[in-house]
Amino acid sequence: MTVSTPHTDMPRFRLPVYEGPLDLLLQLIRENEVDIYDIPIAQITRQYLDRLAEWQALDLVLAGDYLVMAATLVEIKSRMLLPAPPRQDEIEVDPREALVAQLLEYQRYTGAAETLRDWEAFRASLYFRNATEIAGDYILPMEQSSLTGRDLHRAFLSVLSAAGVPEAPVSAVVPRRRVSLRVKMAEILRAVHGAAEGLPFESILSIETSRADCVLAFLAMLELIRIGRINAVQRGPFGDIQLVARTDGGGDPAAAAESISDPPLRSTVSKASGVGA
Amino acid sequence: MSLESDNPLDRAASLEALLFVGSEPLSIEALSRALLCSEEELIAAVGDLQTRLDSSGSSLQILSIAGGYQLATRPAYSVIIGRLLARQRGKLSRPALETLSIIAYRQPITQPEIEAVRGVGCASVLTTLIERELIEEAGRRAAPGRPILYRTTQNFLHYFALEDLADLPPLEDAASPDEVRSAMDSVDP
Repeated sequence: MTVSTPHTDMPRFRLPVYEGPLDLLLQLIRENEVDIYDIPIAQITRQYLDRLAEWQALDLVLAGDYLVMAATLVEIKSRMLLPAPPRQDEIEVDPREALVAQLLEYQRYTGAAETLRDWEAFRASLYFRNATEIAGDYILPMEQSSLTGRDLHRAFLSVLSAAGVPEAPVSAVVPRRRVSLRVKMAEILRAVHGAAEGLPFESILSIETSRADCVLAFLAMLELIRIGRINAVQRGPFGDIQLVARTDGGGDPAAAAESISDPPLRSTVSKASGVGA
Repeated sequence: MSLESDNPLDRAASLEALLFVGSEPLSIEALSRALLCSEEELIAAVGDLQTRLDSSGSSLQILSIAGGYQLATRPAYSVIIGRLLARQRGKLSRPALETLSIIAYRQPITQPEIEAVRGVGCASVLTTLIERELIEEAGRRAAPGRPILYRTTQNFLHYFALEDLADLPPLEDAASPDEVRSAMDSVDP
């Protein structure tokens, strides 16, 4: 990044390329070839403010961060003009100290960012096989617990869009929710226990009639996963998500479903699984 | 032990088959389990296969990346491949790289902590990095406001061809407040 002195008689198209006030300050320090530990604060502050004025002349909207730094610089400058207040411990505190520490810290990471830039370029020259649909008898198993909430969220959105569930009109009378989260959880748990091969994730949503019901079913499923009654499993990349009952401490499905409908939720469930085991 | 697994050359070829079907980095454990050999034997087989790829003039190489082994093309072939494939989305911007490097070294870290280092807001950069699956949320800090913590992903390692986080270049030592003070004192007359 080379920054030349602006020529007033030339059309201005140079845009600020700084990543923030710290970046601009480091540039000024480099341009002026001054020691970062001994910043001539008056000189640097003047140049910093000049640069800001220049940008304002270009009608660029200045980020507030730049103005905060300008205020900090002016404050440091004025504190350096004043005699330091007498201190008992006789350690003279340089008003620039905090700023220098911040600049040094920032500089460490810009160096690392440069390295990452090089590695990104190197890595971009390597190519790997893409995941393809394999027609063989086996597929690569997903690593345990590699399915994240994000994957479930994506799958949910794709079901919603595929189903084309219409939104209720804004003027509709909102009916009282007849199905509670607990009832829904018990319903899903029963269905999962009934399906030996695991229940396809979509099936808990496909029978629903409204978006709110879909959301309720989804929340009920998440809650069941959270309290450890079911697992969501994806056997391959882009594969279907299956809901399976947890075999450890599952107990009698009917009793488990029963227990979910009794408040309070958490303590009842943990008690039930203790009995079931 | 089966016949193939007694023969180191056949084992190397078997390894090649496994790496060919693996569309993501395969761990030493997964590979040695499939080849019915010990992890030491597997590492030897990786060496054998790499030697074979080198000596036969193959365009492929074995890469130790994101915690496993994966077959990749050699950099020299990137121009040819580029003529075949459509261009992907662009490289990361400088703010994105700066933010990413702060997260990489200081993870898990919150947004305000990142902003304190960079001196600028980084909300949109974080969104970009999450979309590109280079960072992810890692719970919340037990502090006022319970700010979200961020960490780098497996995909981050793959994106920069790193085996693990220990491969990151050593960061310059942070200057302690005392060091800053004494350095500043030494330049003062």
